[in-house]
Amino acid sequence: MTDPMATLDVEQLSVAFPGRPVLRDVSFSLRPGEFCGLIGSNGSGKTTLLRTILGLQAPSAGTVRIGGHSGAGRRGLMGYVPQKIGFETEMPLRARDVVALGLDGARLGLSFPSRVRTRKVEEMLEAVDAQAFADQRISDLSGGQQQRILIAHAMIRRPKLLLLDEPLANLDVAAVADIVHLLHWFAHEEGITILVSAHDMNPLLGVMDRIVYLAQGRAATGRTEEVVRTEVLSRLYGHHIDVIRVHGRVLVVAAGAADEIPIAMERHPVHVCEIP
Amino acid sequence: MTLFDAIVAPGFFANGPVQTALLVGGGAAVISAAIGVFTVIRGQSFAGHALADVSSAGGSLAFLVGFAPLWGFLGIAALAAMALEAVGLRRARERDLATGVVFGAGLGLTALLLHFAIATRSSSGAAISVMFGSIFAIPSGVVLPALAVGAGGLILLGAIWRPLLLASLHPDLAAARGIRVPLVGLLHLLVLSLAVTLSAMTVGAILSTALLVGPAAAAVRLTRSAGQAVLLAAGLGLVACWGGILLAYDSYGWTPGRPWPVSFFIVSLIFALYLLSGLRRPARLREA
Repeated sequence: MTDPMATLDVEQLSVAFPGRPVLRDVSFSLRPGEFCGLIGSNGSGKTTLLRTILGLQAPSAGTVRIGGHSGAGRRGLMGYVPQKIGFETEMPLRARDVVALGLDGARLGLSFPSRVRTRKVEEMLEAVDAQAFADQRISDLSGGQQQRILIAHAMIRRPKLLLLDEPLANLDVAAVADIVHLLHWFAHEEGITILVSAHDMNPLLGVMDRIVYLAQGRAATGRTEEVVRTEVLSRLYGHHIDVIRVHGRVLVVAAGAADEIPIAMERHPVHVCEIP
Repeated sequence: MTLFDAIVAPGFFANGPVQTALLVGGGAAVISAAIGVFTVIRGQSFAGHALADVSSAGGSLAFLVGFAPLWGFLGIAALAAMALEAVGLRRARERDLATGVVFGAGLGLTALLLHFAIATRSSSGAAISVMFGSIFAIPSGVVLPALAVGAGGLILLGAIWRPLLLASLHPDLAAARGIRVPLVGLLHLLVLSLAVTLSAMTVGAILSTALLVGPAAAAVRLTRSAGQAVLLAAGLGLVACWGGILLAYDSYGWTPGRPWPVSFFIVSLIFALYLLSGLRRPARLREA
């Protein structure tokens, strides 16, 4: 079953916390440049799955391979943007310092400026279009700007696989579109495999190649066009879901009382995206 | 009488205890301010305060048994640092509760040890000395070991600089890079215990939090990078510490024969610097 081409290969992975199974028999694989959405409600195990892939959580069974490596050797092949990294308090750290820590933050000793280091940081800042605010403190940036910097931090060592935990939560509509566009660019232009968790799949519909859907510890996976269908989604969610196609655009909405819709739209703005 | 003479009372620099105080106090100010920047960023100033209070048990033990307070403070502070990290509570609330209970127990032990020290060795100044410092009573032989402790702390801080910054930014970011986050946390607390030891001798166990948190908090407000923050905090700490020693020396002439305590001056200067830092903050550029 193992795909020799796969960047990420998750095979029959199970994770249990004391007295509580979280994931059971999760299998999927992602190829280079594939953009995958990890979809599920809060508490469905999205963060646990990402942490297990990273090696921060030990699985109770199964294997994770990245570029064929399953041990600690896979660490250098991954970049990671953790969930809800709120810098509420003042941090004496410029955005560019955070990016530089992505390059050599694990090394001992003080860091001294070097031309190579500066150039790599500049290139990365340019790639995420963050040069304008590179010298501001990370804690003074907006949520979307902080997300860009964290993506640059994760990407500066040129990983094959980028894992992001709810990067779109708490962002305004414009910032969501920016971040989705940036991630799509990394997948398409640079061939980076991207696994991004989200509780709302709408913002990702135009760019996602594949969906891993988590519920009750199990995963369902498929290509986006196979999964995003009324009957498939309704079965997965256990609730009637409408997939609406208008002029080649796709919209996923939960059928509910009409008076709930305006509130829902305010909290989780509905995005209408092109299917490529 | 020149202005210089008016500010610096005659004999200040020639005075042996003053020279010792300037050296040990300066070392305490620099190491406290440097590690304090990380303590402030990590939101662990309460742990810093607790370490200092618990270390007072070591200071009192030194009085009771009769060895140099430096080693008493150091031994107990290092043990407490390891205990704090071993408890390893993740949630901030639980951590604060555990810290509070532990430092209460430490102070209770201090009360007992001081009671015995005063009863058996008739060293009635022990309590004031342990709690509020006795910088002019430091024997000159302590200067070298004290500065060595400070330098050791700075070297250790320099060694773990980047992993500590990354772990302070977000523990998972560090762990994903293979950094052993609990070990980095322990080393932070160990450097903290070295700093607390020196400042306990300078301004006393209770007030050492001021030297740890005050200059660092002011510097974190005013700077954009961790390196700048540490340098500025060290500068502010030195100004407060040396300024306090000078004022205390001057105060011999204000109320003849009854000089004011150094700790009062140092802590007041830190407080003033912290208030001043609130006036001027870096321009916060508008958000996109």
